[in-house]
Amino acid sequence: MRNLRLIARMDIKGPNLIKGIHLEGLRIIGDPQFYAKKYYENGADEIIYIDIVASLYQRSKLTQIVKKTASNVFVPITVGGGIRSIEDVTDLLNSGADKVAINTAVVKNPDLISDVANKFGSQCMVLNIEAKKKSKDKWEVYTDCGREKTGKDVIEWVKEATSKGAGEILLTSIDNEGTQKGFDTELTKQVSKNTNIPVIASGGMGTIDHLYEVVINADADAVAIAHLLHYNKINLIDLRKKIIDKKIKVRIFEQ
Amino acid sequence: MSNNIIIIDYGVGNLLSISQAVEKCGFKFSITSDEKTISQASHIILPGVGAFGYAMNELKKRNLDKIIIQSAKKGINILGICLGMQLLFNESSEFGSHKGLELVKGEVIPIPSIDSLKNILKIPNIGWYELQETENLELNKKNLLFDISYSKFVYFVHSFMCKPTNTKNILAYYDFSEIKIPAIVKKNNIYGCQFHPEKSGEVGLNIINNFCNFNE
Repeated sequence: MRNLRLIARMDIKGPNLIKGIHLEGLRIIGDPQFYAKKYYENGADEIIYIDIVASLYQRSKLTQIVKKTASNVFVPITVGGGIRSIEDVTDLLNSGADKVAINTAVVKNPDLISDVANKFGSQCMVLNIEAKKKSKDKWEVYTDCGREKTGKDVIEWVKEATSKGAGEILLTSIDNEGTQKGFDTELTKQVSKNTNIPVIASGGMGTIDHLYEVVINADADAVAIAHLLHYNKINLIDLRKKIIDKKIKVRIFEQ
Repeated sequence: MSNNIIIIDYGVGNLLSISQAVEKCGFKFSITSDEKTISQASHIILPGVGAFGYAMNELKKRNLDKIIIQSAKKGINILGICLGMQLLFNESSEFGSHKGLELVKGEVIPIPSIDSLKNILKIPNIGWYELQETENLELNKKNLLFDISYSKFVYFVHSFMCKPTNTKNILAYYDFSEIKIPAIVKKNNIYGCQFHPEKSGEVGLNIINNFCNFNE
């Protein structure tokens, strides 16, 4: 059995850590450096930064934030938002990112997945999916941080992207994101079933039972947590203990 | 004499992360592909992510394969990280067959995609796993795990694994669905970590600190 990864997800707008609901209605939380360091010290297994307006304005400002973070956070850092080319990926990796999460640009040009995977390795190429429910077992891929429809079916897209060399999937349910009502377990289950690469469930965690459900019933390899951490509703040290009590395997974190 | 730590730059791998980890441990270092600078190293760190054949070619293009092999023979402390560890071996079957630096006997093979209970395993394996030490560790004065008394969970991300011919070269492994994957190997002055110590929190920083502190 693999060990579940607990990932702190940090959405960024300009210089600030922010939090929204359904990827909209953003509230400023504070300085990303402060939070990244805190989560690292509390045992986050990884950090994810997503610049949530970068795609809209076709730019990414995250390099400076990533550079500062990488000087005192020694766990893997994934960065997404506004990445359009091999040059953008190179810039972020040179700033201290370990992986890049790409949505909009790979939907427009799926071959970018192979380009990134061939140059930097599959482990670097995280497919970022923003999914919105269409019917009981159908989800549609959205881009530009949940703003644009694509007409693409999530499961078909997962298969295509896996075959092109994606190394991991960051799967965000737009419907559940920011609601604390739980992950979209059915979505996660269908995606896990249709790929052999790791899946990070993102969007909607409100309680530890939600985590249990998405790991046990939907085979998630990792969970991305935002709201609960940013609003200090749970801390990672306590969460890890509770997960161990539930007999889910995680990294034992002690200092 | 203070240690002269060199991080090899051959266009492959996250040099910023490893250099920031070495800096955090309080050591000075150079990042270089210059043969002369490398030949004066007391410690060489060989990072690397991506594909074996591509990385080996990049080393060769810069004539760095020869200088690493020479340094190894001189007794310089060498640490290969992730793909950097795999490059120390004889050969790899990643996208065809490729020769490595041949400093540690053995081969690099895919992680099995199915375990003994017929469970399908997700590859690349990404995550934190605990180092399981072997009895070979205690025989070493220069111990990468020196003074780390708490649980040793470290961060792995890989699709291929090393298979040393001589199991005495394995100082630690980790258990991936009951597959024992070599995590630390050592042959004389040559060390390899399959995990990323620079991304493994305090445990990883201690491992880097131990390596950089090795004497002759």
